Amino acid sequence: MATQRAHKAARLMISPSVILLLAWMIIPLGTTIYFSFLRYNILTPPASWTGFENYYYFLTDPAFIPALVNTLVLVLGVLAITTIGGILLALLLNMEFWGQGIVRILVISPFFVMPTVSALVWKNMFMNPVNGLFAHLFRAFGLQPVDFLSTLPLLSITIMVAWAWLPFATLILLTALQSLDSEQMEAAEMDGAGWLSRFIYLTLPHLTRSITVVVLIQTIFLLAVFAEIYVTTAGGPGYASTNIPFMIYNVSLKQFDAGMGAAGGVIAVIIANIVAFFLMRAVGKNLEL
Amino acid sequence: MGQITLENVAKSFGEVEVIPPLDLTIEDGEFVVFVGPSGCGKSTLLRLIAGLEDVTGGKIVIDGSDATQASPAKRGLAMVFQSYALYPHMSVRKNIAFPMKMAGIDEAEQKRRIDSAAKALNLTDYLDRRPGQLSGGQRQRVAIGRAIVREPSAFLFDEPLSNLDAALRVGMRLEISELHNRLKTTMIYVTHDQVEAMTMADKIVVLQAGRIEQVGSPLELYRSPRNVFVAGFIGSPRMNLFTGAAAAEYGAETIGVRPEHISVSADGGKWKGRIGVSEHLGSDSFFYVEDTGLADAVTVRADGEVAFRHGDEIWLSPAEDKIHRFDKNGDRM
Repeated sequence: MATQRAHKAARLMISPSVILLLAWMIIPLGTTIYFSFLRYNILTPPASWTGFENYYYFLTDPAFIPALVNTLVLVLGVLAITTIGGILLALLLNMEFWGQGIVRILVISPFFVMPTVSALVWKNMFMNPVNGLFAHLFRAFGLQPVDFLSTLPLLSITIMVAWAWLPFATLILLTALQSLDSEQMEAAEMDGAGWLSRFIYLTLPHLTRSITVVVLIQTIFLLAVFAEIYVTTAGGPGYASTNIPFMIYNVSLKQFDAGMGAAGGVIAVIIANIVAFFLMRAVGKNLEL
Repeated sequence: MGQITLENVAKSFGEVEVIPPLDLTIEDGEFVVFVGPSGCGKSTLLRLIAGLEDVTGGKIVIDGSDATQASPAKRGLAMVFQSYALYPHMSVRKNIAFPMKMAGIDEAEQKRRIDSAAKALNLTDYLDRRPGQLSGGQRQRVAIGRAIVREPSAFLFDEPLSNLDAALRVGMRLEISELHNRLKTTMIYVTHDQVEAMTMADKIVVLQAGRIEQVGSPLELYRSPRNVFVAGFIGSPRMNLFTGAAAAEYGAETIGVRPEHISVSADGGKWKGRIGVSEHLGSDSFFYVEDTGLADAVTVRADGEVAFRHGDEIWLSPAEDKIHRFDKNGDRM
């Protein structure tokens, strides 16, 4: 692919897929932006032009600030639990023990459970204040059972989402750990580095790139958590567990305001970009892009 | 100080005995080379001394105190690994400083030792680079630098030159020998390359299947190999080993003649053969002589000006006083 002609031919050949992908992206985005400038209630068509009013109402909605805070708390909480927990689990699984294969599969399996299913299992079997396992556990110690979903809604959802994403982080960090050169570890051992020093000076630096990947990929998905909220707390009580995606759902499908929903969608895209910008700046130096 | 004594040291991995009990004494300041074919247990023996593997029997005594159960860091030894095992995310300076940082040596002293090691190893210009930006030989020097700054009682080298190209290997070989002459610290060096062993060692330990076949100075091993294995392993090109009638003539099961102890002639001699391959290096010529009835090919080393070619008939005569005789157990007679 060195000659000019080859370059031209290559561009021509890949253009259909590039155009298709671009259209795939641009058309929905364009439609969303267009709708966001319309007064468009699904129950009372037709739509009419309103300018930036939808944005104004979305940003001044009493649910917006709590939803924004909840989104960030949820993302950061799950990231913290999954990366720290993932590193610890990966360290454990990297050791040799009997039944390693089965344990590894078991650890990875939560990732295959659908969000709705896992949330319902958590809600009904673990966090239910009457029949849940946690309630039984609390009573066994003579404590008052906690109604997780109504008293600690955001924490409960964070736990559910973290449970589903922990295996992903573990898996990626485990593969990274396995590529750590054992001679380096031995060299450090001879250099007088104890277990903790070896972890801090060798293992962690070796893992930074994988941690970056875990953080970036998870952030994309965690900004859009919806199913867990929908089947458990429905965003409540009040706005205590409403995040931006759930607020958009409320606006467009419960208040039937497609215009304001679209405005919310555009704002969500902007927020995601801001988060991505800061994340890339924070961890981007570990990625040799 | 760096005297290391192994008493009945043995190592098994599960059922498999890798090293049967062996005794060995390494004197302070000696350059000892463990040499043997791959899988002979030489690296395992080094790792036992380093403390990276636990012995399954026997005692390791370093400088008079029992170090069998001591952790690697407590033994006061420094090791240079085959893969160099540099820390990839640290600069050369930090790599070299790492053992001192772990030992809690103060900054000024760290800097002094880094500077002197960098100067000795020609690394001064590279101190702020990362290992990934260095060539193989430079990485090797960083690994040695990291070992030097600890001021260990002995250095352990685990096939340190095997990842380098031939020219660089000769250069590094000299540098390590010079380093030993300057520091006068005990060094234990593992290699499968008998040329490295011959050129660097004060004392060579030849190992096979975990057993010590012979211990001695390079020339002792060259002049009087204790058995057929050592005879065949030490010396390059390999010693010619003959069995059958040629050996019976000397009252032995096997006889060995080194390529350089056979003289060649076009007219007459002891054994007759035809040249299969001839290699002319300028300084020497090597002939691989076939159809002698002694062995498949007899290797002969002659002066560089001797001009036999492929297919020429040739007569070979061994230097009678340089013939090594071995009995049917393969031991020297």
